[in-house]
Amino acid sequence: MIELTINGTKHQVDVVPEMPLLWVLRDELGITSPKYGCGVAQCGACTVQIDGMAVRSCQAHIGEIAGKSVVTLEGLEKRDQHPVLQAWIEHQVPQCGYCQTGQIMQAISLLDLIAQPTDEDINEVMSGNLCRCGTYPRIRAAIHAAAAKKMAEK
Amino acid sequence: MGRQNLSRRAFVFGSAAVAGGVAFGSYAEAAQTATASDNPLTADLGPNSVTFNPWVEISPEKITLIAQHADIGQGVGSVQPIMIAEEMDLDPGQFEIRFAGPSPAYFNTGFADEFAPFVAADQSPAAEEARAATLEYLRKTGLQMTGGSSTIPDTYQKLRVAGAVARETLKAAAAKRAGVAIADLRTQSGHVVLPDGKKIAYLELAADAAKIAPVLDAKPRDPSQWRLLGKPMTRLDVRSKVMGELKFGIDMRMDGMLYASVKLNPNKGQPLKSYDASKARTMPGVKKILEIRNGVAVVATNSWYAMKAVAAIDCEWAPSAYPSEQADHWKVLETSFKPEFLGKEWRKIGDIEAGLKTGTPVEAEYRAPYLAHQPLEPLNGIGHVTDKGMEIWVGHQSPQFVQNIAAAAIGLKPEQVTFHNQWTGGSFGHRLEYENVRVLAEIANQMRGTPIKLVFSREEDFLQDIPRQIAIARHRGSVDNGKIVAVDLQLASTTPLKGLLERSGIPSKDPDGQLAAGLWNVYYDIPNFRGTSYEAQGLSPSTTWRSVGASTAGFFTESFIDELIHAAGLDPMKARIAMCNVPTYRKVLETVAEMSDWKGPLGNGRGRGVAFVEAFGTPTAEVVEVTKTDRGIRIDKVWVAVDVGKVVDPVNFENQVQGGVIWGLGHAINCELTYAKGAVQQTNYNHHEAMRIYQCPVIEVRGLENDPKVRGVGEPPVPPAAPALANAIFAATGQRIREMPFNKFIDFV
Repeated sequence: MIELTINGTKHQVDVVPEMPLLWVLRDELGITSPKYGCGVAQCGACTVQIDGMAVRSCQAHIGEIAGKSVVTLEGLEKRDQHPVLQAWIEHQVPQCGYCQTGQIMQAISLLDLIAQPTDEDINEVMSGNLCRCGTYPRIRAAIHAAAAKKMAEK
Repeated sequence: MGRQNLSRRAFVFGSAAVAGGVAFGSYAEAAQTATASDNPLTADLGPNSVTFNPWVEISPEKITLIAQHADIGQGVGSVQPIMIAEEMDLDPGQFEIRFAGPSPAYFNTGFADEFAPFVAADQSPAAEEARAATLEYLRKTGLQMTGGSSTIPDTYQKLRVAGAVARETLKAAAAKRAGVAIADLRTQSGHVVLPDGKKIAYLELAADAAKIAPVLDAKPRDPSQWRLLGKPMTRLDVRSKVMGELKFGIDMRMDGMLYASVKLNPNKGQPLKSYDASKARTMPGVKKILEIRNGVAVVATNSWYAMKAVAAIDCEWAPSAYPSEQADHWKVLETSFKPEFLGKEWRKIGDIEAGLKTGTPVEAEYRAPYLAHQPLEPLNGIGHVTDKGMEIWVGHQSPQFVQNIAAAAIGLKPEQVTFHNQWTGGSFGHRLEYENVRVLAEIANQMRGTPIKLVFSREEDFLQDIPRQIAIARHRGSVDNGKIVAVDLQLASTTPLKGLLERSGIPSKDPDGQLAAGLWNVYYDIPNFRGTSYEAQGLSPSTTWRSVGASTAGFFTESFIDELIHAAGLDPMKARIAMCNVPTYRKVLETVAEMSDWKGPLGNGRGRGVAFVEAFGTPTAEVVEVTKTDRGIRIDKVWVAVDVGKVVDPVNFENQVQGGVIWGLGHAINCELTYAKGAVQQTNYNHHEAMRIYQCPVIEVRGLENDPKVRGVGEPPVPPAAPALANAIFAATGQRIREMPFNKFIDFV
């Protein structure tokens, strides 16, 4: 048994320690906002936070993160009022929507790092998150809007 | 069922495409469709409930609107119900949405337009008559399919009529109950409002409405009265997608479910010869190892265990039926420009041979590779086989064919397969194919009684992805006295539409109409013109990929036209506008010229290119601006003008257009699929990257509403992107790139 803290709740899972966090979340715990896209850290659809850092959950072996705190999009504090999610809705970013939970988790991490990112900063930090539908112009706009929202709230 | 014996004749009408088009016809015709006697909703209708047509169901508890197409990210699950809600005076939040099950009642009227052998701009009586005949044929066959940019063209008329019929029938029921005249009633927010201001909820009227005849002559409102449509509205699925709450097919779970993953012969379509599963058998979580027709499957307690175990199985495969090495695919194409491989001479104007002998000749060869679809949600599905039949939960664009394919795989009748369509994480044509459906049926049948969730690994998805067609064009032309006098377009290609139809159970000997898309619908005044397709034999199977034939021919044609314009010493924009012979299409070019403030060459290592393609009836012009930097070409900005007749959902419209441009540019610069030893060499996104955000330009979009028909927009923005970029690179650098992917020839920032 491996003990994990997911979104503030403790879980015991009976899997091999090499199993990636992504599949523990999805198949063992039914937490489905982290998506399987590539399995090799090429698409970013599985992005979650581990101890506050954006991580590709397909690359995080469960045995190595026992005791750490994992937050998925489902577990974000005040999710309904979250400035990044609000901006994503206002700018109607999603098309198919499959990559967007990962995009949002990465964008939250970006704004924690850089409060007012430039387009170059966005390119730098968001390029690991693939979107096949082509929502990039709206992702840029939503990140700028979320940054402005966060500044206004301070 | 029963009406799905779609003969190939339906497609013989089609010279151009499985395509967009429009639900033309009278209200009466649409209303007739809307109240078809085989309304599939009547079968499971509860007590005190009513259904007026295949799209609206009201019970005392809830209102359900049916989205007839599959949602592959293009917004079907929002805009289709909203077209009904507009007419019914329903607000978002007052109704639930369900995807349509398989039924001929949902036949796609949108395919009629381009199945008829006339180019889209030809709206003459003869062309319209042919389209009406094609529509009748489609009605008889009952073909239900998402594709060809038909989300809006298929349903713009019939869903608004369906909503109007529901509204007027509810009013009639209220009039009867309250003893007042229908004319004195109005509707608002899910209620009928009586003359004294009292309101009766639609939910309360369901039982009454079921007892009266539907009001079939109800007319949809004039767009000037729209509350929701035509205005920036929030897609109904945006919030649940942002909150991570929407369940895609891959997120579904069933009680007692087990997980499966597969390894299939990468030599597409060939069987398994032998396998050794001794390593896999003892791996964690493994419940069962199964042999299936063209490979092996592992059933395990979660997807990851299944994927790990199936990867550990050693397989010996039967070799490919197509050339095992990529170089030989190109050789076959090179030798296909011969009469015995003729597809069709699609269009001939003037005297081409005489024209080619006049003035200065220009010749060029272009190439476009195989490409993968690879939507981010990999192929998946849940299947449950019992003695009664099979239930299948999968996101797919062809419900009836899913039933056929699954049934045929395990010896059932199609009607024994119950299909539940799912939200999908993209498609781009991928979910018109069946490999996951067939394989899931086989696995679930061997695991009878247990629901099986199949998930393809990304690598397996790449290996089994039936690619976009590969093509070579050999174009000739001539210019004389500052004018283009002859254009002879010839291409050799694999056949995407024919391939798809054959795998759907409708083999055809007719030329592939998709090879005409972008080849014959050229709207420039050129006195001598010919467009001819050749169909290469024995190559990889190919299928429809976002914008299908126009994705290759559009690049070839608009690049070559640009070469001719330069050879004639003309300005690429002014020359296209001067030559364009359809007034509404000329307006599209003029609009993009105005948006981009086109004034000729930019100089200083900067360049602009323009391209214009009509695809699925929708004319689209794009200007791409690039800068030559020390590190390569930077794509700065794209301007797009597109005429869809009516912009029904403006925010999503812009999103679709931007997405189409990004799709077109990303694949043109970065992607190809190549075969080695019979398998594709690219098996994850690092080998087939398309566009990431750092390469994405600013994209400015304008929708025009001059076309007399309402058109689709999912695919049309794709074809002009690659040629506009190639033309811009030529303007900036003098280097003419005639082969995709462009990054083989020039670096991109």
